[in-house]
Amino acid sequence: MTDLTPTPRRAYIEVEDLSVQFPTEDGVVRAVDGVTFAIDKGQTIAIVGESGSGKSVTAQAIMGLVNARTADVTGHVWIDGQDVVGMTDDELRKMRGSTMAMIFQDPMSSLHPFYRIGAQLTEAVNVHNKVSKKEARDRAIEMLHKVGIPSPEKRIEDYPHQFSGGMRQRVMIAMALINSPSLLIADEPTTALDVTVQAQIMELILELQQEYNTAVVLITHDLGIVADAADQVAVMYGARVVESGVIDDIFYAPEMPYTLGLLASVPRLNQVRAERLDPIPGNPPSPIRLPSGCVFNPRCVYTDRVEGDLCATERPALLPTSPGHMVRCHMSKEERGVVATIALRGLGREET
Amino acid sequence: MSAYVVRRVISMILLLLLLTFVVFVLFSLLPTDPARLTCGKSCTPEIIEANRHRLGLDLPVIQQYWEYLKGIFVGRTFAKDSPDPVVCSAPCLGYSFKRGEEVFVLIKEGFPATFWLALGAFVLWLAAGISVGVYAALRRGKWQDKTVMGISLAGYSLPSFFLGLMAIFFIVIRLQLLPYPSYVSPFENPTQFLQTMILPWIVLAILYAAFYMRLTRNQMLEVLGEDYIRTARAKGLPERIVIRKHALRAGLTPIVTAAGLDLAGLLGGAIITESIFSLPGIGSLAVNSVNDADLPLIVGITLVTATFIIVANLIVDLLYAVIDPRVRLT
Amino acid sequence: MTEIMNGSHTAGDPVLRVTDLKMHFPVRSKGLFPKTIGQVKAVDGVSFDVQPGETLGLVGESGCGKSTTGRTALRLLEPTSGKVEMDGIDVTRMSAKDMVPLRRKAAMIFQDPYNALNPRHTVGAIIGAPFAVQGVEPAGGVRAAVRDLMDRVGLNPEHYNRYPAEFSGGQRQRIGIARAVALRPHFIVCDEPVSALDVSIQAQVINLLRDLQDDFGIAYLFVAHDLAVVRQISHRVAVMYLGHVMELTSREELYARPLHPYTHALLSAIPVPDPRAQKNREHILLSGDLPSPVNPPSGCVFHTRCFVAQDICKVDKPVIREFEPGHQVACHFPITEYLGSTPIVGPDPGLTAESELEGMQDGDPMEQAGDADLIHEPGTNYTDGTDSLIDPGPGLWR
Repeated sequence: MTDLTPTPRRAYIEVEDLSVQFPTEDGVVRAVDGVTFAIDKGQTIAIVGESGSGKSVTAQAIMGLVNARTADVTGHVWIDGQDVVGMTDDELRKMRGSTMAMIFQDPMSSLHPFYRIGAQLTEAVNVHNKVSKKEARDRAIEMLHKVGIPSPEKRIEDYPHQFSGGMRQRVMIAMALINSPSLLIADEPTTALDVTVQAQIMELILELQQEYNTAVVLITHDLGIVADAADQVAVMYGARVVESGVIDDIFYAPEMPYTLGLLASVPRLNQVRAERLDPIPGNPPSPIRLPSGCVFNPRCVYTDRVEGDLCATERPALLPTSPGHMVRCHMSKEERGVVATIALRGLGREET
Repeated sequence: MSAYVVRRVISMILLLLLLTFVVFVLFSLLPTDPARLTCGKSCTPEIIEANRHRLGLDLPVIQQYWEYLKGIFVGRTFAKDSPDPVVCSAPCLGYSFKRGEEVFVLIKEGFPATFWLALGAFVLWLAAGISVGVYAALRRGKWQDKTVMGISLAGYSLPSFFLGLMAIFFIVIRLQLLPYPSYVSPFENPTQFLQTMILPWIVLAILYAAFYMRLTRNQMLEVLGEDYIRTARAKGLPERIVIRKHALRAGLTPIVTAAGLDLAGLLGGAIITESIFSLPGIGSLAVNSVNDADLPLIVGITLVTATFIIVANLIVDLLYAVIDPRVRLT
Repeated sequence: MTEIMNGSHTAGDPVLRVTDLKMHFPVRSKGLFPKTIGQVKAVDGVSFDVQPGETLGLVGESGCGKSTTGRTALRLLEPTSGKVEMDGIDVTRMSAKDMVPLRRKAAMIFQDPYNALNPRHTVGAIIGAPFAVQGVEPAGGVRAAVRDLMDRVGLNPEHYNRYPAEFSGGQRQRIGIARAVALRPHFIVCDEPVSALDVSIQAQVINLLRDLQDDFGIAYLFVAHDLAVVRQISHRVAVMYLGHVMELTSREELYARPLHPYTHALLSAIPVPDPRAQKNREHILLSGDLPSPVNPPSGCVFHTRCFVAQDICKVDKPVIREFEPGHQVACHFPITEYLGSTPIVGPDPGLTAESELEGMQDGDPMEQAGDADLIHEPGTNYTDGTDSLIDPGPGLWR
């Protein structure tokens, strides 16, 4: 922990032991607690979790959007060897919108209602580049064309309210990618959209990711989107990553009881029979009063498989179970295998 | 847009008609007999009746109302059949027999003092209210914010008659920093004008500024929490541009429009402030007209004040459409 | 229209029958003399029935008219035309007073468990309200009945005197459900009951609704946008698009052998949480957005975005028909085969009617589910900031 010489970075982006705490009158809110993951350019990691799991705050902390006045951010976010967490406001600002960019959940409210989209796009160009008005405008039109806005040279003069929700999200994507960032954070980018529009937007994000060789951090609660878009997955619960790995690890060899519960409780279109769902009992914890020990222990049905009251008293570490597959659980690897078989037996998969 | 303006103007006129009618009916229901007020101490029922007839007060209310409306456009003559008819030229808002003057002329005379008072206070309170409000919002929860909110509450709770009297007592009488207020036109004697107006401006502005600080702070806090502010930051814009360009424009829009309405309200006379500082404005006129039960004058002032507010409403709505592209005036 | 009987249900009057239902909302110009300048055809000729003890899922994207249909079915809205029958009684034009006894037989569960409960009332009072409203005195008293209900929906009866704010989203939805089933209705309209909830909580609520149906024989009209959720609870499913039912069949049929191209597109748009299976699924990308319900496309309303549309689709509106026994579809060219996993991209309908929607006062005042309010007028949303003018303000003390 006290090793001050920077270790050589393996991946383009490495998040290491990232924590965010908000001191409040009711006590310290641990919004993010020791989140660790790494991805390379051109790759997508999905951070999955339910509301309050800390996935959105993680995204904002990476972008340096967590207000330093109200929160304590610790840990490291290495982007191409530079640690974002220790940066000054101005250094961070220069990275935002150029090296790293973000799109948000609600395209309806994410664009400024009073400014034409052209002005909002060129502003993003001008803040990071010394270019002429004409160049910035051409760049904006080109980006709008790329994200599939019809007749962009006309639409650039329109205001956000003249676009539909899907189109606004396209504009947001254009704005995020206009300076060719190497990291794109997409925070629930399709949650506010209808499914057919969601499919269009996901398609667009993946297409542009290929073109720009961008690393994408995809924040979502939708396991379907994860399966569709991600290379790697980090499952978050109660401010911590409880399991992470490549998608096959998470979908076909999950070991953490929360991941198992999540997979078993999602209604699926491709199951042979619409069987009764197997929900996780209880409610997600409040970030103000996270349970001691393993954050999932009050809802976990397998705590009796661990000796003593370890689950309730001692915080399990995120440890590798196979190369690249990390699990935070007190159960032994054998027990986890047994439990996974029990939990997932109901998930008959359709043979196509 | 133009169709919208035409429609709004029409509905504005209808509203004014309705308003004058209500005012008219209300005053005709008062126990005070306007005809009785027209003759002095040596009054006989005969004179009252004669006056009533001369002033047209013996006509049905509806007809009186019609005469009144007609007078606004073509003028009217009271006591036509008597040897000394009184001519009230258009726009005739009535004739004050108490003062022997047309109501319109009286209001016109009072307007400059009221106008200068309102305008000066308006500039002061907007400048102070908005800058301090934004400052407090940017330091939300810090001691600066709490101090500003405390001052705002204090300013808001101080009635202007108290503030005004205190100001006169200490600054004019005790310390003699300023001469006793005596209104002159700024074009006639600018120094005396400023010496007279500075206190009323401040007294009036404190009250409004306190209110606008709060309004601005709350607006700014709301806007700073909007998603598009987060977007602006995510673009890498410097914080000062995020505040000035993105937050201020959205946050101040409702404030500017609210200020427009308040200014219009003040143009109808700031009764307490004008009275305390002996400004010969519409507010003082209103007080005097009520004291004298000078009905034509009361009705006239009501009508003029209402017109200001209704017109300001229209202007504010039009302004809104200019500032906020989402607003469609159809 | 042909009635489809699910074998497990007894014949007789359906709890709900809707025939050629239309719900049009006038679009008025603003100003002193508002004129009707158009109609939002939120629901435009919809027919279906719900049998006792059955769940009919009503799915579609925002603006398809599913919520309006649900509300009209309960006569919370007066339909423009068509017929609504509850338990065989025509209630289409029934007065509110005559509806009162029927209200005991039907109930509603809302999407947003935060707004549907009065924050100033205790949970006990909220759940017990239907007894008071209908003047029903359950055996053993209201209090006992409410405690039973709380226990039944998985709430702790000890929390009788707590307020809604003290409960989580999932628990609040349970409160709403307890209130809805208090009078043992025959029929409940569930309007997006789980879409505001987290995945793990969704499953709990869906299971609860299924259990209550099994125990009390309640029929549901289950309005939702999530096809996977609808599959989990419905016996039959109707797919809506722009005010029309495009396809109506049993759950097994709909998900295994969809016929309507829109259903294909909708199903393929939802990724399954199974990366390997995902690669083999149909891959249909519709372009553009939903057309305006003020000025819907001619012929088949879906033809502007349809990937199999022919010329006839532009002029001839397909009538919903029984293509196979128990499988109704409104399409000239139903798709009967698996389309393969190669991407199919629908035609671009061009710019959508977004601009037409502007200036529209309110599309569907009742449709809340996900429908963003795109319209701002002076005096609506944006003047909110000046609300404080209603405060005494300084005016009085100037």
